Amino acid sequence: MIPPPYEYLNPNQLSEAISLLQKHGEEAKILAGGHSLIPAMKLRFALPEYLIDISGIEGMDFLREEEGQLRIGAMSRESSLEESELISEKYPLLLDTAKMIADPQVRNMATVGGNLAHGDPANDHPAAMIALRARVVVEGPNGSREIGIDDFFTDFFTTALQNNEILTEIKIPAAPPNSGGSYQKIERKVGDYAAAAVACQLSFDAGGTIQQIGIGLTNVGPIPLRSNSAEDHLRGQIPDDSLIRESGRLAAEDCDPVDDLRGSAEYKRDLVNELTQRAIKISIERSERGS
Amino acid sequence: MSKHTVTIEINGSSITREVDSRLLLVHFLREELVMTGTHIGCDTSHCGACTVLIDGRSVKSCTLFTMQANGKSLTTIEGMETEGKLHPLQEGFHQEHGLQCGFCTPGMIMRAAELLDKNPNPTEEEIRWGISGNLCRCTGYVNIIKAVQYAAEKIQKEAT
Ligand SMILES: Cc1cc2nc3c(=O)[nH]c(=O)nc-3n(C[C@H](O)[C@H](O)[C@H](O)COP(=O)(O)OP(=O)(O)OC[C@H]3O[C@@H](n4cnc5c(N)ncnc54)[C@H](O)[C@@H]3O)c2cc1C
Ligand code: FES
Ligand code: FES
Repeated sequence: MIPPPYEYLNPNQLSEAISLLQKHGEEAKILAGGHSLIPAMKLRFALPEYLIDISGIEGMDFLREEEGQLRIGAMSRESSLEESELISEKYPLLLDTAKMIADPQVRNMATVGGNLAHGDPANDHPAAMIALRARVVVEGPNGSREIGIDDFFTDFFTTALQNNEILTEIKIPAAPPNSGGSYQKIERKVGDYAAAAVACQLSFDAGGTIQQIGIGLTNVGPIPLRSNSAEDHLRGQIPDDSLIRESGRLAAEDCDPVDDLRGSAEYKRDLVNELTQRAIKISIERSERGS
Repeated sequence: MSKHTVTIEINGSSITREVDSRLLLVHFLREELVMTGTHIGCDTSHCGACTVLIDGRSVKSCTLFTMQANGKSLTTIEGMETEGKLHPLQEGFHQEHGLQCGFCTPGMIMRAAELLDKNPNPTEEEIRWGISGNLCRCTGYVNIIKAVQYAAEKIQKEAT
């Protein structure tokens, strides 16, 4: 399959990329790793006139902790998360997520920024970022602004990014002590999108009560979802089996799946119930309290 | 349609050509350069037959524009043999019967090359996980894993 004709542009400054977006408006798209965009172009789901390749712009591929935050450059590849010591030591949820995305070759190209900007409810990072309470930094003609992750996914394949804006980085509150996370995904085979998946991130206070809790759901609604009711049920509590069981049930109530090739809506609700419980249990084990 | 000049170092030689924006890397290799060792299996980023290395990283060349490789260093299956000597991975596939029809083999070898580069002594589980983006319709994978293990041992022996 040959992608449709388009004009390739490769600015080496962010400001130049933004000017190009302004100039070409709706007809232009950012090209990051291209692993959502190129398949979509082959199928004629996307027909951009211009592609603005941002891979040559310096300073968009980084991963560091700074001032109480984990900062992830939009052009960080999934494989960089997998290979990062910082991520494997302190952010098990992100490590789990990166490992479950596609396959090794795809992860060498696919970027974290692209995974969010694509706005695909089947993508895995959105739920993880919801659980981690990330903020997304975007830059446009009038400078940069931050968008809370709950305001970022606005509709099916639609985000709060304006068409003259570029996602530059993702900021995550640094993992406190006694915290843990997990991503639990059921896929039909390696490289497939989730039938359903659940991201959990939690932290405990010194007394063993859950202080912070985030639960994000993948591919069980038109946009990536937060399970507010499961979070509310756990926050401020000392977790036990019945509390965790009830949280799974609540998360299944919060989601809105449809029947498709990956299963019936009913099956997916059951998956969310079970995966939520697993994700919570593993997160607890991984936090220092459990270990 | 727009033409661009692209310069890529392929298997050690610098190659410059005029290409269309939309030309996929795999078509550039197979059709422009007539380097047909890199295969097209699925054309949809799933099978891994088109795997090549860009700056040492394995990627699916059916899902990259040629322009995305501009200025980079590329290795294809044709670049694995040196001075008439098979690469240990090629030798491994030969010795361990790691292929039947051979269609998946170039991609398997290029993917395994990065795997062994990062992890010279992988477990069977790590090999299986490492080649999870490559499909083989013939072998059932068992001999492919043996081939990679053969290569891992040989590379380590040669290094000592
Ligand atoms: C075989 C295969 C299997 C896959 N399996 C999974 C999976 O299991 N889970 C999963 O989550 N993903 C999966 N993916 C998708 C993959 O992770 C994508 O690469 C990723 O979703 C998009 O990242 P990208 O860098 O390739 O973005 P691109 O394809 O380059 O871009 C995607 C969209 O986002 C926009 N965009 C990208 N970056 C920016 C930016 N910085 N600012 C503004 N807009 C931007 C682009 O304009 C485009 O509209 C799979 C892909 C393939 C090919
Ligand atoms: S031809 Fe590229 S992955 Fe199948
Ligand atoms: S040997 Fe035939 S596809 Fe692998």
